[in-house]
Amino acid sequence: MSRPEDTLRRRSDRNGWLLSAPALALLVFAASGPLMIVLVYSFLEKGQYGNVIWEFSLDGWVGILFSRDIFDGTLNLADAHMTIFWRSVKLSLLTTLITFTLGFPTAWFIATRPPAQRALWLFLMTIPFWTNLLIRTFAIGEILRTEGLINTALLKTGLIAAPIQMLYNEGAVLVGMAYVYLPLMVLPLFAAIERFDMRLLEAAYDLYASRMQVLRHVILPIVKPGIVAGSILVFVPSLGAYVTPRILGGGKNMMIGNFIELQFGQGRNWPLGAALSMTLLVIVTVALLFYVRAINRSGSGGGSHG
Amino acid sequence: MTSQDAVTAQNVVKSFGQGKVAVRALDDVSLSIRKGEFFTLLGPSGCGKTTLLRLIAGFEMPSGGTILLDGQDVTTLPPNRRPVNTVFQSYALFPHLTVRENVGFALKMQGRDRAEVEDRTNRMLALVKMEELADRATAQLSGGQQQRVALARALAPQPKVLLLDEPLSALDLKLRKEMQVELKRLQKETGITFVFVTHDQEEALTMSDRIGVMSAGRLQQVATPREIYTAPINRFVAGFIGETNFLPVTKGADGARLGCGAEVTALGEGPVLTVRPEQVGVVATDQPGAIAATVDTLIYFGTDMHVHLRLSDGAALVARLPLPPGGDPGIAAGDGVGVAFAPGAARLIGD
Repeated sequence: MSRPEDTLRRRSDRNGWLLSAPALALLVFAASGPLMIVLVYSFLEKGQYGNVIWEFSLDGWVGILFSRDIFDGTLNLADAHMTIFWRSVKLSLLTTLITFTLGFPTAWFIATRPPAQRALWLFLMTIPFWTNLLIRTFAIGEILRTEGLINTALLKTGLIAAPIQMLYNEGAVLVGMAYVYLPLMVLPLFAAIERFDMRLLEAAYDLYASRMQVLRHVILPIVKPGIVAGSILVFVPSLGAYVTPRILGGGKNMMIGNFIELQFGQGRNWPLGAALSMTLLVIVTVALLFYVRAINRSGSGGGSHG
Repeated sequence: MTSQDAVTAQNVVKSFGQGKVAVRALDDVSLSIRKGEFFTLLGPSGCGKTTLLRLIAGFEMPSGGTILLDGQDVTTLPPNRRPVNTVFQSYALFPHLTVRENVGFALKMQGRDRAEVEDRTNRMLALVKMEELADRATAQLSGGQQQRVALARALAPQPKVLLLDEPLSALDLKLRKEMQVELKRLQKETGITFVFVTHDQEEALTMSDRIGVMSAGRLQQVATPREIYTAPINRFVAGFIGETNFLPVTKGADGARLGCGAEVTALGEGPVLTVRPEQVGVVATDQPGAIAATVDTLIYFGTDMHVHLRLSDGAALVARLPLPPGGDPGIAAGDGVGVAFAPGAARLIGD
């Protein structure tokens, strides 16, 4: 015998599937689908003029770490690839660190303004987002280049005799990425700090904590979810950055993003490009798992305030 | 100022804001709180009692005047360098720490060694009977339990003075009564000077050794609960603590002359006579010295009743009478009765 509540539940189950169909379709065709294509391409033979030949091959994956000697065909560890991976991870970590160091005081400043003013400060923070990334990156280049703003100023004031080479090195890439991704760090930090109960500061001071101890033992642990979120939002796109290293790093300071582009373009090695894309995905996933673990650990003693 | 005083405030002034919008939260407050005393600052919200507490804790700096702790000038010391701890109205427990870590926080910040922190924390947890919940997160605790943790946390570093900012206001009535007893016990056991802020006059009367009544940024009266209740010095103190009657009087031949012409003997001096409802007796009209009055209404309160009376000049007066066995008050609205004040109960005060 079917009870009325069962009928109702069946109906709501069916409606549930129908209602989530658009989202599911989007996930399958827009997210998983292209990813599957990339995954399949990474296991295919490369075509001579780009594209792929539909034959199974591990060359793409092998090519990530090794390069085949053009004379005797032996596999050697590809130092150039290693350098690119290491540079990508290093610059992304440094970008995260720099945006945190600059972003935390900024977010604290905004979160401690009167509520009516906060919207204005956040608005100012997001204005650069409205400008094209290329334009912003070229603008940074304009400041850093040999005839640029800084060098001109330094030369005019006589502080230096010859212009300093600031563009086309890792430092320039770092400056560019920190500038571009700073808002992504500030916004989640702001959200966490805004929820922070400022009365805890008084409690901590009252209990003999110095300013540094308050920061270390009270503020940072409580706003940790914001720090983690901001770090993810900065680290992940930094790792795959393409425009910034291309324009500010010149040809020599490639990051994974540029390396992938190279395979699909001049390199004409689509399987390698696809394998590199998947590798990037794996690195990001591992980093995310690491971050999520960190959140859970901080959340275990936390309670509802986190 | 002697070394007997745990806290001394000398001519303390505190203004918030600048220029025309400046608000004077404390207006020339001078006060001495003795060592080992349970002292209560009592007053309505906005009277400056919390501001005074925050000045003692060091969260605010006074606009003028001096604050001494144990005879030492601490006026400009930051809170982390004053031997004073606070129990906050919101408790302000650290949400990322367990009960035990909360209690041990101050000791850890002071850099005490591990064994000492652990030992003292355990003793504090035992003192507030929270040993069993020591490893819980604070969010999992009830209001009363959080209160205990806040107390243990503030007592752990053995402050010279413990400041309590309306700590019981968030608790329900039953729990509040329990915590009142608990606080008294803790104060006796630790011997620490407690400075307690409340707007609840009953709380102040039952717990305090002495009470400082505040209003509009000024300290109105500092005295024991009994003195505050029986001998208030002005209309504000008399009206704020307990219920009372106010009757305008003029100087009579040998006492105070009421509006209706009757003369009564009263202590003190001033244009207003105050007498507590329980000190007003309803007597026979022909009793010597009885003031003629009419019964307006009777309000039944279970153990006693309030009789609203009207004197011949129209002045209102409330008498609180115990109910006789059987519960029949023997009077009814509209009756003409006599009114007599208990000897020594009527006082004259300033307006």
